[in-house]
Amino acid sequence: MVIGLPHYLTVAAILFTLGTLGIFLNRKNVIVILMSIELILLSVNINFVAFSVFLGNITGQIFALFVLTVAAAEAAIGLAILVVFFRNRGSIAVEDINTMKG
Amino acid sequence: MSLAALFFYLFAGVAVASAFMVIASRNPVHSVLFLILTFVNAAGLFILIGAEYLAMLLVVVYVGAVAVLFLFVVMMLDVDFVELRQGFLQYLPVGVLIGLVFLAELVLVFGSWTFGQGVTGAVAAGPSDVTNAVQIGRVLYTDYVYFFQAAAMILLVAMIGAIVLTLRHKPNVKRQSIPVQNARTKKMAMDVVKVPSGKGL
Repeated sequence: MVIGLPHYLTVAAILFTLGTLGIFLNRKNVIVILMSIELILLSVNINFVAFSVFLGNITGQIFALFVLTVAAAEAAIGLAILVVFFRNRGSIAVEDINTMKG
Repeated sequence: MSLAALFFYLFAGVAVASAFMVIASRNPVHSVLFLILTFVNAAGLFILIGAEYLAMLLVVVYVGAVAVLFLFVVMMLDVDFVELRQGFLQYLPVGVLIGLVFLAELVLVFGSWTFGQGVTGAVAAGPSDVTNAVQIGRVLYTDYVYFFQAAAMILLVAMIGAIVLTLRHKPNVKRQSIPVQNARTKKMAMDVVKVPSGKGL
């Protein structure tokens, strides 16, 4: 049995779905929402790398590298905002984040 | 079943199971640990597929930096996580429904994916005598050098932003002030006192 492109794409699809499901289920906890976003970005990376390898083109891996960079920056900024918010309000529940009345 | 297929199913199964535990576990610390497990198994998948450099990057960047940052923040914040979990079951049916629909669509689209005629192998593969890291380096520092610099700039801005956001000066903490120290003169520092003998100060 040869492991081909559809196998990797299916794994990535399942991870992506689990990430979106995590956002739905834990909609009060910002930390788990951020972790779900990391899962989604990981599944996107798997897609990029799988296509890159099976097409024989290295560009997909370059793009996955940039996705990794942006994911790291996003996690750092998101957690910093979370820490500042917790200092000011003493809570990280999503429904408490309504100061701007947006 | 070949050894490669066996390892694929091992890595993929553990990755999916631990990703499920990330969103389902009660304690966010366990969530972060399962996230680390997911990343390690995804790195295993990358090694299987032949992208060793990204696999190592995933371990170093995600496991070494991002996941540890998550762990640090989860443990630093004193939050009642049980309270945050209320409403979990309330959102479960609609979440599972949307997730299943989405998964079915993705699997139906990608499960039957084949490249069009002439696409496979049409793109010139890199020379196979060099390693994956060399291939990436040859392209990254030539064709994509501006994107590389932009990525560096994004990381710099993220670093400065995180420091600016979280740095705070407590007013009652004593700090060293170099100009004040340098401006000190002998007159400010010392006072010659004539003490009458037998009386003390």
